[in-house]
Amino acid sequence: MLSEIIVTVNGVPVTVPSGATVTTAVLLAGKACRTSVSGEPRGPLCGMGICFECRVAINGKPHCQSCQTLCEQGMEVRTDE
Amino acid sequence: MTAASYDVVVVGAGIVGVACADQFARRGMRVAIVDRDMVGAGATAAGMGHIVVMDDSEPQFSLTRYSQTLWQGLRLELPDDVEYEQCGTIWIAADDEEMAEVWRKREYYNKRGVPTEVLDAQTLQRLEPNLRPMAGGLLVPEDAVLYPPCAARFLSERAQAHGAKFLLGDSVAQIGQGRVHLSHGLQLAAEVIVNAAGAYAPDLTPGLEIRKRKGHLVITDRYPGFIRHQLVELGYLKSAHSVTSDSVAFNVQPRRTGQVLIGSSRQQGAEHREVDNEILVRMLKRAQEYIPDLMQMSALRTWTGFRAATPDKLPLIGPWPADKSLFLAAGHEGLGITTSLGTARLLADHITGAKPEIPIEPYLPSRAAKVEVHA
Repeated sequence: MLSEIIVTVNGVPVTVPSGATVTTAVLLAGKACRTSVSGEPRGPLCGMGICFECRVAINGKPHCQSCQTLCEQGMEVRTDE
Repeated sequence: MTAASYDVVVVGAGIVGVACADQFARRGMRVAIVDRDMVGAGATAAGMGHIVVMDDSEPQFSLTRYSQTLWQGLRLELPDDVEYEQCGTIWIAADDEEMAEVWRKREYYNKRGVPTEVLDAQTLQRLEPNLRPMAGGLLVPEDAVLYPPCAARFLSERAQAHGAKFLLGDSVAQIGQGRVHLSHGLQLAAEVIVNAAGAYAPDLTPGLEIRKRKGHLVITDRYPGFIRHQLVELGYLKSAHSVTSDSVAFNVQPRRTGQVLIGSSRQQGAEHREVDNEILVRMLKRAQEYIPDLMQMSALRTWTGFRAATPDKLPLIGPWPADKSLFLAAGHEGLGITTSLGTARLLADHITGAKPEIPIEPYLPSRAAKVEVHA
């Protein structure tokens, strides 16, 4: 049975089922993952760890691939805003 | 067929060549510039773009300081993508012995009107919190950084706006006696030929003592604010000066994007362009000794290039004694981005008979010429 996990995205709590990726949490929060050099929003493109467009900071560590990381209880996720 | 005729033909469209073309064109001369590749494709694209005043020798100081003031004067004209930032250099002293060098360097710069600030261990730690605790450092606030390929493109566009003709994609087979022969048969006639071919200058001017000195660079992903100044170890001079062995030194630069550009390495006699993992690892380990968290960062790209090194570490600027039509603007080693502007002014002043702002004598090729005389 799926249990629920609560993470924060830019400080706002988001509830996801266990086994969800950080990408899911970011999308549920309605955020883009990062901002390009020219200022455009970027989000998950390939969903399989190749394109690096879905990077976010996780627990203070920048440039983590959100599509390759599973949510854990209390995880702090930050997107470029 | 009559060859197309110019006052000046510059061979090599690196930053030194385009700076020369720009100077000549702005002085009303008919200029052509030839390169087998695109603008800024050689050492220009493999330089950090550190606009730095150096004190290895009096002539090196004069040319770097003169050139730096020229960059400062150009600052407002530079397009945004040149990313000119006056972030300053901090020369890092790892121990008390190097701290003594900080004071010597400060004395040297202060005597010559270059502002500096001695940083104690605490101040350095406050300015650069990601640096391992060090003895101190010397901040040179007027040093700057820029993005060399775009700076070269800017100078080339300015030269073109003043009428300079760019012939790109054609390699040069031979130069001399007022003629530039391109590989596919075209000839250009020129009163003045400038060999600005960098590490490849000796291919066109035999007898020229320029050797390739290979370097590696690594650029990271964006980590805004990770470092704030160009950081260079004071031991840099010791390692950069070794002309016989391969060396690495801690030399990192903050880019406007938040990326960190990591150098540096020097290899003698390496001819291949591929990344050498052994020296790359040495270079990164050296950097990690200064900034432990560097190894947590992700690198986007690693690449190499060839500095054009002369035996006495000064560039060759001026007439080549063996050929009245031939002039050199080559051999800038690791300082070509900085000294491109000074080189162009000095050479153009020399050729047009204008009074130079600093003496050209220390850079004249005649100091190093080993011209073979044939009976």
